[in-house]
Amino acid sequence: MDSVETNKTAGKWICRICGHIYDPAEGDPDSGIAPGTAFSEIPDTWYCPDCGVTKDDFEPFDD
Amino acid sequence: MSAPLVIIGTGQAGTTVAREFRKLDPSSPVILITSDDGRIYSKPLLSNALAMGKDADALAMMPAEQFAGQVDAQVHANTRVQSIDLQARTIRSDAGETTYRQLVLAVGANQIRIPTEGDANDDILTVNSLMDYAVFRERLTFGMHVTILGAGLIGSEFANDLLASRYQVSLIDPAPYPMSRFVPEEIGRDLQDALSGIGAIMHLGRTAKAAWHDNDGYRVELDDGESFSTNLILSAVGLKPGVDLAAAAGVKTNRGIVVDKFLRTSDPNLFAIGDCAEVEGLVLPFIMPIMHAGRALAKTLAGQETPLVYPAMPVTVKTPCLPLVSAPAVHGEQISWKPEAVDDGKKLAGYDEANLLRALTLTGGATKQAFAACRDIPYWLGPVS
Repeated sequence: MDSVETNKTAGKWICRICGHIYDPAEGDPDSGIAPGTAFSEIPDTWYCPDCGVTKDDFEPFDD
Repeated sequence: MSAPLVIIGTGQAGTTVAREFRKLDPSSPVILITSDDGRIYSKPLLSNALAMGKDADALAMMPAEQFAGQVDAQVHANTRVQSIDLQARTIRSDAGETTYRQLVLAVGANQIRIPTEGDANDDILTVNSLMDYAVFRERLTFGMHVTILGAGLIGSEFANDLLASRYQVSLIDPAPYPMSRFVPEEIGRDLQDALSGIGAIMHLGRTAKAAWHDNDGYRVELDDGESFSTNLILSAVGLKPGVDLAAAAGVKTNRGIVVDKFLRTSDPNLFAIGDCAEVEGLVLPFIMPIMHAGRALAKTLAGQETPLVYPAMPVTVKTPCLPLVSAPAVHGEQISWKPEAVDDGKKLAGYDEANLLRALTLTGGATKQAFAACRDIPYWLGPVS
């Protein structure tokens, strides 16, 4: 369970609807999210760059 | 200048192809054509917009012109395509005649309408686009009673969203439990209980026989003679792929527009993707398969022939009253369901006659296993062996 806890701050998150993976190392520069931004630090107004759903539709993702 | 890549449809499929193609080919001309207003939106959000406090305008992420700028394409909105000439490689639309290098049909599907008796059949709404959704929300006033025909995925999601925002909902479905084509009976019953628990009135094993105007609303009559008053009727009985344009052009259609692993129709320059397409027998009107198909097709269109590969994929059902994720058996297998122990919620694994894992249904906390668990299911399509 430790890895899931770590994921909540530093790990990857996956969109439950389209499978898009948010990787903090890459961020989402097209939406103004700088590389190095943890998922938890992304504003709630952000949306999935592939399918447009909101942060609520993401969950922690282990490779 | 060379003829453009033309994409008909600006939904998830059409816009994904355009975006992915542009990443691979920065300069070739691209034209997108849509019969609606061209606003870009997230279709999955239509069925939980009430909970998010968003109306149709708030769901629109950008106008057509802004998307056109992003992908360096032309977008012709409010433009209907009348016909395709495969020999001449032209289409005829409200914008005149357009020559194409390659043509992609991403025209989506239409909600099936089952005619009812009575004088209110034409008032029954369907929602399959942002513009449909705007009409639905204009007609919806707070607290009203909504009758939903069909307790499948869309019907159940809309019911949950309406009920959570304190509307009244009656759900009608001929099957004995909701989402009967998608989940095993045990889970369907759990969903029935969960929807009832938040106030849904369920008419299962029933169909709507007639819809009549009645005072300022309607009267719905069921096939067993029961009838009730309602303010709004929404039909969500299923989707029919949009095959008409392709069929009229003379390419092969079946349930959907028939395409191979390269999303290619029986004409070498005509492709189909998304809810209108039948890929090697599979019609999968879900976001995740569209993303896979869009990326593969963009490569093929950019000159790098790329067969589509579908791993087994989870479909998240937006019913917060019962968190539910399902990977359906897509090849029509006869499935036997076996429960597996989980800490929270339920996990049912579906096995075919050869005892191969083919389907999964997860509820509650077990939904978090969905992506990992799907890896145990054989690929839905390819990889080429």
